[in-house]
Amino acid sequence: MTTTKAGGRALQVTTPSDREIRITRSFDAPRQLVWDAYTRPELLKRWLGAMPGWSWAVCEMDVREGGRYRWVWRGPDGAEMGLGGEYREVVPPERLVTTEKYDQAWYPGEAVGTVEFTERDGRTTLVTTLRYDSKEARDAVVQSGATGGMEMGYTALDTLLASIAAA
Amino acid sequence: MPVSWPKLGAESPPASRGLTARPVVHNLLAMQPIGYGNLTPARLDATFAALADPTRRAILARLATGEASVRELAEPFTMSQAAISKHLKVLERAGLISHGRDAQRRPRKLEAAPLAEANEWLERYRQFWEESYGRLDELLEEMKRTAKPRASGRRATSKRKGRRER
Repeated sequence: MTTTKAGGRALQVTTPSDREIRITRSFDAPRQLVWDAYTRPELLKRWLGAMPGWSWAVCEMDVREGGRYRWVWRGPDGAEMGLGGEYREVVPPERLVTTEKYDQAWYPGEAVGTVEFTERDGRTTLVTTLRYDSKEARDAVVQSGATGGMEMGYTALDTLLASIAAA
Repeated sequence: MPVSWPKLGAESPPASRGLTARPVVHNLLAMQPIGYGNLTPARLDATFAALADPTRRAILARLATGEASVRELAEPFTMSQAAISKHLKVLERAGLISHGRDAQRRPRKLEAAPLAEANEWLERYRQFWEESYGRLDELLEEMKRTAKPRASGRRATSKRKGRRER
């Protein structure tokens, strides 16, 4: 597990299984508000992915079970980046399960992201779990190298740099 | 849905059990807005694949302290020099190490550039999500202020028809 502080709010990354990665982050707000920020396009657009030089081109989301979403960002030199998927479970303000696939993805299949909203004392803990929906898709990603290797590399590099720093 | 990443070198590095491959689907989202184009995916793949093995990381950590011959590198491990040489080949192909000039000893040394490149990629990747969550913090503060007067009975779900079937 890796922990860091983000504005005084602890962020954790864990790996519950070899098909999953789990990110935990808490927010100083009731979960209804966090839920809204995740499910209402006018709010989502204000926080998700708006890097300098990039802006939202498409933000369509039909937040109900079976509904679809489509997000596209436009960047410098006409670059575009998009993803979309389906809302599989919508249980406000507790649980959101979506599939997701990037336009430029080089792997087959979709990933499933589960976001769980838990409130305690007016604070919301957000647990995001990413999981490939089939072993085949996971394996394909791993074989393609980049994404699987990236995550391996992320963990490995952290460890390596820590050991180098300690040396 | 969004993923946020911790800063590199956070206080508790992940244990080695985390080294199995876990797909991450947000790479493109992270890399493209930040101008990933100048880094070569193939090279990053090679770097990360090379880093995925604990023995190879140990070798790199050793080389971070200075050049070493194959024999010297093999010493701390219960492994033959041949096995170590195999690992060295992987590291070499990834550009993470190179040969020294001494033809006899052929000392290996660490090449910093690919590591720095990989680090940069990861750092930007994490930054992307940290920034998103940081903006979410700000947005929530704003929402708390504006939501309070009409907090009672306020349900986002009522704003969209057909939002939930059951």
